[in-house]
Amino acid sequence: MAHGPSQNFFSRWLFSTNHKDIGTLYLWFSFAMFLLGGAFAMVIRAELFQPGMQLIKPEFFVQMTTMHGLVMVFGAIMPAFVGLANWMIPMMIGAPDMALPRMNNLSFWILPFAFAILTSTLFMEGGGPNFGWTFYAPLSTTYAPDTVNYFIFGVHIMGASSIMGSINIIATVMNMRAPGMTYMKMPMFVWTWVITAFLLVAVMPVLAGAVTMMLMDINFGTSFFDAAGGGDPVLFQHVFWFFGHPEVYIIILPAFGVVSQIIPTFSRKPLFGYSSMVYATASIAFLSFIVWAHHMFTVGMPIAGELYFMYATMLIAVPTGVKVFNWITTMYKGALTFETPMLFSIAFVILFTFGGFTGMMLSIAAADTQYHDTYFVVAHFHYVMVAGAVFSGTAAVYYWLPKWCGRMYDETMGKVQFWIAFIAFNITFMPQHFLGLAGMPRRYSDYGLQFADWNMVSSIGAFLYGGAQLLFLYNVIRTIGWGKPISDPQVWEGAQGLEWTLPTPAPFHTFSTPPVIK
Amino acid sequence: MLKRAKALFLGLLSLASLLFAGGVSAESATRQLNMPQGVTEVSQAAYDIHMIMIWICTVIGVLVFGFMFYIMYAHRKSRGVTAEHFHENLLVEVLWTVIPALILIVMAVPATTALLKVYDTENPDIDIKVTGYQWKWQYEYIGEGVKFMSELRTSQDEIYGREPKGEHYLREVTQPLVIPTNKKVRFLITGNDVIHSWWVPDFGVKRDAVPGLFTAAWAKTDQPGTYVGECTELCGSGHAFMPVVVEVKEEAEYDAWLAGKKEEAAGYASTIGKQWTFDELMVKGEEVYGRSCAGCHQTNGEGIPGVFPALKDSPIALGPPAGHIGILINGVAGTSMQSFAEQLSEVEIAAVVHYERNAWGNDVGDIVQPIDVLNFKQSQ
Repeated sequence: MAHGPSQNFFSRWLFSTNHKDIGTLYLWFSFAMFLLGGAFAMVIRAELFQPGMQLIKPEFFVQMTTMHGLVMVFGAIMPAFVGLANWMIPMMIGAPDMALPRMNNLSFWILPFAFAILTSTLFMEGGGPNFGWTFYAPLSTTYAPDTVNYFIFGVHIMGASSIMGSINIIATVMNMRAPGMTYMKMPMFVWTWVITAFLLVAVMPVLAGAVTMMLMDINFGTSFFDAAGGGDPVLFQHVFWFFGHPEVYIIILPAFGVVSQIIPTFSRKPLFGYSSMVYATASIAFLSFIVWAHHMFTVGMPIAGELYFMYATMLIAVPTGVKVFNWITTMYKGALTFETPMLFSIAFVILFTFGGFTGMMLSIAAADTQYHDTYFVVAHFHYVMVAGAVFSGTAAVYYWLPKWCGRMYDETMGKVQFWIAFIAFNITFMPQHFLGLAGMPRRYSDYGLQFADWNMVSSIGAFLYGGAQLLFLYNVIRTIGWGKPISDPQVWEGAQGLEWTLPTPAPFHTFSTPPVIK
Repeated sequence: MLKRAKALFLGLLSLASLLFAGGVSAESATRQLNMPQGVTEVSQAAYDIHMIMIWICTVIGVLVFGFMFYIMYAHRKSRGVTAEHFHENLLVEVLWTVIPALILIVMAVPATTALLKVYDTENPDIDIKVTGYQWKWQYEYIGEGVKFMSELRTSQDEIYGREPKGEHYLREVTQPLVIPTNKKVRFLITGNDVIHSWWVPDFGVKRDAVPGLFTAAWAKTDQPGTYVGECTELCGSGHAFMPVVVEVKEEAEYDAWLAGKKEEAAGYASTIGKQWTFDELMVKGEEVYGRSCAGCHQTNGEGIPGVFPALKDSPIALGPPAGHIGILINGVAGTSMQSFAEQLSEVEIAAVVHYERNAWGNDVGDIVQPIDVLNFKQSQ
């Protein structure tokens, strides 16, 4: 080994250009943000525990819903998968590090500033952003608190970080694969991340454009989104969702990748339909660009537009279905065991598919007239975001943590965490389907008495689900500090791939000389 | 971490308080789980396609998850199975691409028919303009000269738990929209400030109220009754507090109601000239303030620092009446202080200005009469 990490704590973590250290930074940062966004969710659910305003004022409530969405999407889920990409992509393609290590450092270290800026608005006069994570104009422009400028600056920084991270991943995968590692031999996680990175590079500038137009409207007298000045509030929605819809696939595609690594391992059987998985992922990414206005079915589009966006959206079910069928067929005639990562992955397949069903229902524009902006939508996207992205992220940590730190996590505690999370998740979000269908709109700080029962159930589930995350944190810390040491490179019996040929724990530098690919 | 602990603690606290209060949820006997079928062709169409989708998803779900659970039972390593190694099969891969695509094509047919119904807004019998304000609705019967605001009637005391919550908590308004049975009513929906969305589930009507744009929706029903809806696009802190209430009346009853409204509009002119006393204006003003102003400026007049300015000790409230009236009539550009000229009558504006100048320790002591407001409007 040439040389290890710097012994100085500050120079090791602040100046790091090592993909593993930066991956670790990303993962801890995202977990911190996950707890912060979770705390906001707890405030929301505590207030909604009963009808009436008990704990907070409506002004603060809308800041909580907004910050919960922003922090979870941009602070928790996206950085978590970038962290996994940093750790795993070089190890999976036989590269010594990421292609652009200094940019890697920069793309991480601007993130804490972005979120410090964003979160600090909560303590400023006027309060934090209060226009929802979708920040529709003119609520977010003419009618926004002055702190919206901090929000815009924060979003710009996050976007810059994401773009740099994506360029790094694309450059790494294109240039640093070990000899013989052809594109169609790459692990699915790498494939899904390359496609995600292209999505990010394509749509992050669109988001930057949207917030810049807001900035101009607010401070420099333009009227992009102000009808009184010749602009159009609906234009904002088109621009936002042209970013926003690919964004949700940016969140879910790496999760697909993780699950496609884990299910074959614990089925002891290769991934079924590898090439169709790659094509399905690419199709989903392509479709994500041409369906954006299905988020705007009630905005009053002409019927031709509405029909087009409905048909295009329904199409997404095809490649998504292919992926689900492939995962299930991978398990078919395997030799299954149910360690914690596998449990989370199976739950992912079931709950994500459930979220996919409600997604198909939402694609039907006439029915969406009733679903739109109700708790039915909230339930739908939490089934795909939480049971999708968060469950798969949790699975990934349990799956690779022993390789990262050379210590085994506590399996019993992992399984307990899984079952609490699984049950609590469903207690939280299943009733929200009923609430939405019965007529409760989202982002409501207060509601009529007919919604009281299910809101209470949902709140209790949410507190439980929050508690399960603390158990997760404890289990991870316990593993890193005091877990049972292991040294077998092959941590899991059925695991395939280059990362499992490396020693356990993975040394600071790996693949200084490229591995030989069969 | 601390925040989370605090939130959890507060949650437990509210649970405890609930137990002591004897349970709020006992009142909410209706546990509706599914989408309402509603009372119009459109709501029925939405419900039908919703149920078709639920059944298709249920069948697919039972098959897929059933197969999955079978695998999880039968192909466990602990049963002594050894894994096979196949990883491709062109036939099944083509099948499970083509079959879902065919199902989608079949689904697209009823989905299209239903959507055509939603968009069938031509040839209405009655046109009603619906305007979303922060945080209330205005209804205008086009061509009839009838126009009024519809605001939440639930009191702040009920919302903040200082009074028990009534049966119609957050589902009651000052003046509901009234429409007749068996007439095709078209709603022309727009927004005054931010985007709102006008939703009546039982009509299957939900259209965004976008400032500077009109969207259209329609309803025709033969079932009289009261139908409650909501605002469904985030429009600020009062988003949850601007319900939609529609009363459907038999045609004769509707005609009588409309005639009454027209008379009311004509009779109103006489109250403007009347000289009101200090106390009359205070009573009326407090009522108007609670309805139209307290949502932002708060019941105690202290506002919310940095968002909504305080009226207590404000130089405008303590200054000359013309400046104060001007703000209500014209609003303040670029802020959420909207113009109330169209929303409140001269009597209401006079009363609320008077109230703000003489409440919470503000003691200007002068009297603002409705005629002053009218003169101000005419001098502009």
